Amino acid sequence: MSRALSLAVAAKARKPWRKDSVLPGFPLALGITLTWLSLIFLLPLSALLLRPWELGLSGFWTVVTDPRVIAALRISFGAAALAATINAGLGLLIAWVLSRYAFPGRRFVDALVDLPFALPTAVAGIALTAIYAPNGPLGAPLAELGIRIAYTPLGILLALIFVGLPFVVRTVQPVLEDLDREVEEAARTLGATPRQTAWRVVLPALAPALLTGVGLAFARAAGEYGSVIFIAGNMPLRSEIAPLLIVIKLEQFDYAGAAAVGLAMLALSFTGLLLLNSLQGALARRGRA
Amino acid sequence: MTGRRPSPGSLALITGALVVLGLIVVLPLIMVFHEAFRLGAGAYIAALKEPDAWAAMHLTMLVAAIAVPLNAVFGLAAAWAIAKFEFRGRSLLITLIDLPFSISPVVSGLVWVLLFGANGWFGPLLQDLGIRVIFNITGVVLATVLVTLPFVARELIPLMEQQGADEETAAITLGAGPWTTFFRVTLPNVKWGLLYGVLLCNARAMGEFGAVSVVSGHIRGLTNTLPLHVEILYNEYDFVGAFAVATVLAGLALVTLGLKSALEWRHAGELAASRRH
Amino acid sequence: MTMTLNRRAALIGGLASAGALAACAPRTGAAGAGALLNVSYDPTREFYRDYNALFAQLQPDLAGGVRVEQSHGGSGKQARSVVDGLEADVVTLALAADIDELAKRGLIASDWASRLPDNSAPYTSTIVFLVRKGNPKAIQGWDDLIRPGVEVITPNPKTSGGARWNYLAAWGHALKQSGGDAAVAKSFVRAMFQRVPVLDTGARGSTTTFAQRGIGDVLLAWENEAFLAMHELGAGGLDIVVPATSILAEPPVAVVDAIVARHGTRPLAEAYLEGLYTPEAQDLAARHHFRPRRAEVAARYSDKFVQLQMTTIADFGGWAVAQAEHFADGAVFDQIYQPQ
Repeated sequence: MSRALSLAVAAKARKPWRKDSVLPGFPLALGITLTWLSLIFLLPLSALLLRPWELGLSGFWTVVTDPRVIAALRISFGAAALAATINAGLGLLIAWVLSRYAFPGRRFVDALVDLPFALPTAVAGIALTAIYAPNGPLGAPLAELGIRIAYTPLGILLALIFVGLPFVVRTVQPVLEDLDREVEEAARTLGATPRQTAWRVVLPALAPALLTGVGLAFARAAGEYGSVIFIAGNMPLRSEIAPLLIVIKLEQFDYAGAAAVGLAMLALSFTGLLLLNSLQGALARRGRA
Repeated sequence: MTGRRPSPGSLALITGALVVLGLIVVLPLIMVFHEAFRLGAGAYIAALKEPDAWAAMHLTMLVAAIAVPLNAVFGLAAAWAIAKFEFRGRSLLITLIDLPFSISPVVSGLVWVLLFGANGWFGPLLQDLGIRVIFNITGVVLATVLVTLPFVARELIPLMEQQGADEETAAITLGAGPWTTFFRVTLPNVKWGLLYGVLLCNARAMGEFGAVSVVSGHIRGLTNTLPLHVEILYNEYDFVGAFAVATVLAGLALVTLGLKSALEWRHAGELAASRRH
Repeated sequence: MTMTLNRRAALIGGLASAGALAACAPRTGAAGAGALLNVSYDPTREFYRDYNALFAQLQPDLAGGVRVEQSHGGSGKQARSVVDGLEADVVTLALAADIDELAKRGLIASDWASRLPDNSAPYTSTIVFLVRKGNPKAIQGWDDLIRPGVEVITPNPKTSGGARWNYLAAWGHALKQSGGDAAVAKSFVRAMFQRVPVLDTGARGSTTTFAQRGIGDVLLAWENEAFLAMHELGAGGLDIVVPATSILAEPPVAVVDAIVARHGTRPLAEAYLEGLYTPEAQDLAARHHFRPRRAEVAARYSDKFVQLQMTTIADFGGWAVAQAEHFADGAVFDQIYQPQ
């Protein structure tokens, strides 16, 4: 029963697209897309891709396998993955509440979600540090409990949750709003419990969007610099993030080394995003089938 | 849009969501305003009336006014191609569009230096021509465009994918021209997503720090955007000034987002109708 | 539907007109007669703001006055910006190594340091300690920094010029104590950095961490920054401790030959830097907590600047050697942070 239902949901939410020759504008749209992408992204990217090879293959390898670089990459990507996972839960909760319940001040709360996009990351970093430093309004009571957030890896995690949260909320929310309430209500009428409805009807329809959001939050967090340097403590091997190593290499006029670390980060992000996008594509196709 | 009256279970969910937002988002915001007004409204206003702050505000608005429309056109084109057509490499293209999100802001600035810096690929050529790209408004715009590239596209692609191509197909089949179809069918269907994307893109464009920091040159009153000006003031131990300027950015974001909510609310009925087609 | 489209159009129109308004902002580029760009490091902001006003008064013959644009940031980052094309007529940085990088790339003649008096450093400073009020950990000298239970705050020498002076001052002390044993100096510096809980990227970041966030027991700082922090942030909560020995920090200045040739600003740029050695400018530097070079000005501020034994960068064989031995990739400083 519920499988048939979820297929019905999928069929309604994602109508199959068939007549590929009828719609116009594909060359123009793809042309604009590729031109702009090339000028603004691929051309600069190629500078980044080609620069490290000044060092030669072995030089590049030496840079990216340096224990400090590896530690920094692990911190950046590990903390980003953890933050994105936490954001999946928090974001889903917030998106659900915002799209399903009426409560006073809902619109205001809705607007607040985008704040991490808008607040300069440095300001966010300074504010979070001030709050969670051992002499800050929340840091002080936490310090008495023996919990230190600012100047520890926990601080990095907090900053990354901050920058990534809106990505999850904003990708999940529209789908949740578009999802026909009638289908859920039908499921309930047909005897499904709220939990069944959530797991079998809502979540499958949400999964592609949720994956996208998590992917974006992860990618954004992995490269984050401005907010993290204020709160991280920046201790080598412990709380030193990969973008900081890039900055350090630049300070020594080591452009090739900086680009090498940048390239390593890019490769890791690209792999992560490609995996998530393919997974999302597969889910969407299954939903459409 | 609006839901049923909250039950006890949903009240718990609402509370949970509010606590999360409170700790992660609202508290830093309160901190910013608290610090900005620590010495009273007089000091706050004085910090904002300072000429360098005005210059930074002008520059930030100029940069956003150039970067956002460009990326809006890009976003519409990309979403049209990706959402309405199946083609080989589609997944790769989406990933490429997402990728600027994941590039460290430091790198997003660095790449322009590698291209247009005095020792970059085109540096000597530009120098001979007497054209300055980085340490200039152009550089700031380029870095901002790169950082905000995905926002509109990312907002529109899932929306258009979900809406499918049936309506456009119907319009075309009934003899409507391509632009008529786009402006009369597609654009009205995605207008909220587009507005959303534009607002987010704008907010991010105004708030970008890391990338702009690499290419700006930090010349006071000339190439300092608002976020860079915040950093300068903070480094001058002028905490009130720094946070006062930060409230402008936070305020701009809240106002534009409030505007969006107001529009949505006024057209709620129409919106609901368009959702229920 | 049409109505909402119009509203959106109005919104975008409003945005565009805001942009057009911004485009009319009266500011123009730094180049041109009577305009200089001084690219400097972080702690000189206040000094150069005042000096630029003074300089304008010193140039009454220039019709329309002189406008000096300022850019501040970490010393290394600023030098890199000039290398990458930031058109600085003059650079006033934290250490000679950064100007040497410009010389290496042909922007400045390699004899720049001898073109002005006193190694082209018109004012000096040294490295002192900033401690909590009343000095609760009784920190008097360098050896107290590696006592158990003492937390030291310094920025990262990789990204901060000031931190390189901090590091060398500590090294110089240990070397002197041990009669020149580099192994002892190395283990001293290692022990000191093991007591650092937060490595900020710049001097001002470290000062904020120490003074505002309450982290650490002692901050290693430029003397001028320590005075400024006492003045701006201290509010009675901080004390300055001057160790018996430290290092003579010489922040140098230079005309960027390649740029002034292009801008035609050489005479103005040279006058700007020479003006730093005038009694008025020296007095201004002293008021901004830099040690003046001119003896008669220094005499007026002898109460403010405690006399102490100072090593110089020459004792380390100059910046080129110090940089390679201590701060390059894989050199002594990096070895402190290699996994054991």
